[in-house]
Amino acid sequence: MDAESRAGDVVTLDDLITHARTLSEDIDFTAVTQWKARAEGRKAIGHMPTYVPRELIHAAGMLPVGITGGGDRLEIIRGDAYFQSYICRIPRSTIELALSHRLDMLDGMLFPSICDVIRNLSGMWSMIFPDRYVHYVDVPQNFDVAVGGRFWRRELETLRADFARLSDVAVDDDALRASIAVYNENRRVIRDLYRARSERPWIYPMSEVYYILRAGNVLPPEEHTAMLREYIALAPGESDRRDQDRSRVVLAGMFCEQPPHGLVLTLERAGCYVVDDDFLLGLRWLQEEVTTDGDPLDALVDAYLNHSAMSASRYAPDGDRGRWLIDSVARNRAEGVIFAAASFCDPALLDQPMLVTALDRKGIPHTEFKYAEDTGQFAVIREQAGTFSDSIRLWSEA
Amino acid sequence: MSAVRKEDSMLLQKQMMSDHYDRLATAHDEGRKVVYTFVPGNLNELVRSFGLLPVLPEINALQSGLRKKSGGYIAEAEKNGHSEDVCTYVKCDIGMLKKGNISPTGTQLPKPDLLLLSYTGCFTFLKWFELLREEYGDVPVAMLHVPYQANGRIEPHQRDYVVQQMRTEVIPKLEQVSGRAYDEDRLREMLRLSARAEDDLVWTLESAKRTPSPIDAYFGGVHYIGPIFSAFRGTQGAVDYYTALRSEVQERLDAGQGPVTPEGPMGTEKYRLVVEGPPNWTSFREFWKMFYDEGAVFVASTYTKVGGLYDRGFRHDPDHPLETLADYCLGCYTNLGLPTRVDLLEQYIRDYNADGFLVNSVKSCNSFSVGQLMMLRQLEERTGVPGVFIENDLVDPRYFSAANIKNRIESYLQMLDQKRGKAA
Repeated sequence: MDAESRAGDVVTLDDLITHARTLSEDIDFTAVTQWKARAEGRKAIGHMPTYVPRELIHAAGMLPVGITGGGDRLEIIRGDAYFQSYICRIPRSTIELALSHRLDMLDGMLFPSICDVIRNLSGMWSMIFPDRYVHYVDVPQNFDVAVGGRFWRRELETLRADFARLSDVAVDDDALRASIAVYNENRRVIRDLYRARSERPWIYPMSEVYYILRAGNVLPPEEHTAMLREYIALAPGESDRRDQDRSRVVLAGMFCEQPPHGLVLTLERAGCYVVDDDFLLGLRWLQEEVTTDGDPLDALVDAYLNHSAMSASRYAPDGDRGRWLIDSVARNRAEGVIFAAASFCDPALLDQPMLVTALDRKGIPHTEFKYAEDTGQFAVIREQAGTFSDSIRLWSEA
Repeated sequence: MSAVRKEDSMLLQKQMMSDHYDRLATAHDEGRKVVYTFVPGNLNELVRSFGLLPVLPEINALQSGLRKKSGGYIAEAEKNGHSEDVCTYVKCDIGMLKKGNISPTGTQLPKPDLLLLSYTGCFTFLKWFELLREEYGDVPVAMLHVPYQANGRIEPHQRDYVVQQMRTEVIPKLEQVSGRAYDEDRLREMLRLSARAEDDLVWTLESAKRTPSPIDAYFGGVHYIGPIFSAFRGTQGAVDYYTALRSEVQERLDAGQGPVTPEGPMGTEKYRLVVEGPPNWTSFREFWKMFYDEGAVFVASTYTKVGGLYDRGFRHDPDHPLETLADYCLGCYTNLGLPTRVDLLEQYIRDYNADGFLVNSVKSCNSFSVGQLMMLRQLEERTGVPGVFIENDLVDPRYFSAANIKNRIESYLQMLDQKRGKAA
């Protein structure tokens, strides 16, 4: 069932989850191909995880497509020949997707500045596909509007001109303001969902939320917002959802290579309510409304400099690296933190000791493990998470 | 066992390094402040123009590797919660700090007065100094974000961004720490000295175009870049060092001699190789021996460009002091997009008349390593020159598998022989 053909249907929660799951697991990106086929000349721009200014792509009439690797559904045949054994999995599965022609529907690809791996992947991409649009999105690590802001604005101007050329649609200020409004709405509803889940995680289990969020990789933002709203409305109607004796945990370290769904399910079955996380962080990177008044590029610059999510790839000028995590634990009344980083993920694994120190200072329990997007065995993780969850409940009762 | 042979310039450099560590050991007692910073894109002239002394944690790590101390430091860091998956330079540095911050020469390293985070070509640098900030507590950090040259060219707004950061972030913090005002005339004078040394470094590296090459541009090259890439660029000491080095190499050139190895002058040059990637430091001599025993000499290397692509024409320009420092930061090898790196290697293979090339892929450095398998294929396709790929590490001895590496190198060189035989 494709997205637009569902319009007007009476939807059940099961239908919705099934649809979101299909979208998020489809490594052929059928929804994108269908979207392009619905009108002559439509184009789609892929982007790797974390932040890219999707508003600019949208304002040019193109579809931003989040590429988060091949997950656990893709056999790597050629991708391993491009990377040494000590490199994480997401670049090799992304190359595999491309070499197996699953990304042929993309008219360009953006590589955000998240780490050296994704950065170098941009160069590999331009060598493998010399005729395709490739851009490395170099976000500022200086947050002074007159310095980093000026640089970022110039980068945004380049992207705006590139997208106008690719789409043959002038990206004027009004169009960009309209797109900012569309994404503001999408982020607002995602925040609503996160709040609702934090309040009643038994109503909005992470194993469902994950599918709903991932569908946002391939859906136009307006459709994704509608899906989020449907989910928020439908989930409480399930009569068998009851609060159980589980531990409330925050997940950290999953901002780039995404975990397999089985891992999320395992954490829940091990007795954890996930009340906050950094999955698919790019969807909610800008944490406050972007103003639709004034110059829209300046608005995006201000939002990036002042209202970005914290992640391991972003410099913390004030030195308080663990603050976002401590705040999240407090805001979501979490009882502990699970660090789950992709194997060989330099940013997450280098960040982790600093976050651990911050948690230890506050006496917040934590545990840690690594995964890959195709991890298939969860017994050890279940045991570890279960023990962690049990120990939290014991401590909190003491 | 016979004594290790060293060139006079190596001895001179060893003395420079030893003197520098001695100065660092007494710096705080003598009222001098120290700035920790990184090799690629370092602002040595700017730092020294304020009378500050630089400390380069990468140099400490590689020196610890050469002295067989890194394995213990890495174990110490891992014991303290650092992942086995991440950069071993970082863990070596953290481990060294945890064990008292004793420098590789045995002297005490001072606590930093400023962490100058020149973030060029490597994301790990960012995390490294964030970790050090945690370890040292209230030390100020000056962040210099250097944009990536994905397309291999410097855009004007990138240069402006770097210069603006120097004006608004780096210089004010250097002024604050040193108690001195920014002195552009002094900086210009140091940049003038830099350019003189850079001329002689380029002459030395390009001497390898001659057959036989008078230098090994990798194992010898890492010594030759030492003063310019580290604490001495912009000093008279560096100028003197490169004058001496040039004269030494000129003598070998005149005599038609090859490089000096740890076991004396190298025998007949049989293979001319280009190399991509940093060397292994924990078994440096053993690794080098695998090549010189077979008559293989490295005639060009990309690792010797991590601190600047001087052989492509860049020189520090005293007439435009901050702009030239910005261009320097932007132009370091690992800050260049992969297509530019492949172009550079292709040029080296052709210009230096190489028989083959080695990719020494180190686990620790994703900035170098990601894409190297593709670089290998591209270079073979473009030049018809065969390459060989080795996996290794910088300072983690667990990843140096001598038997496997030697076996692969020997097989590769035999293959080059067969190729020559067929060509003849």
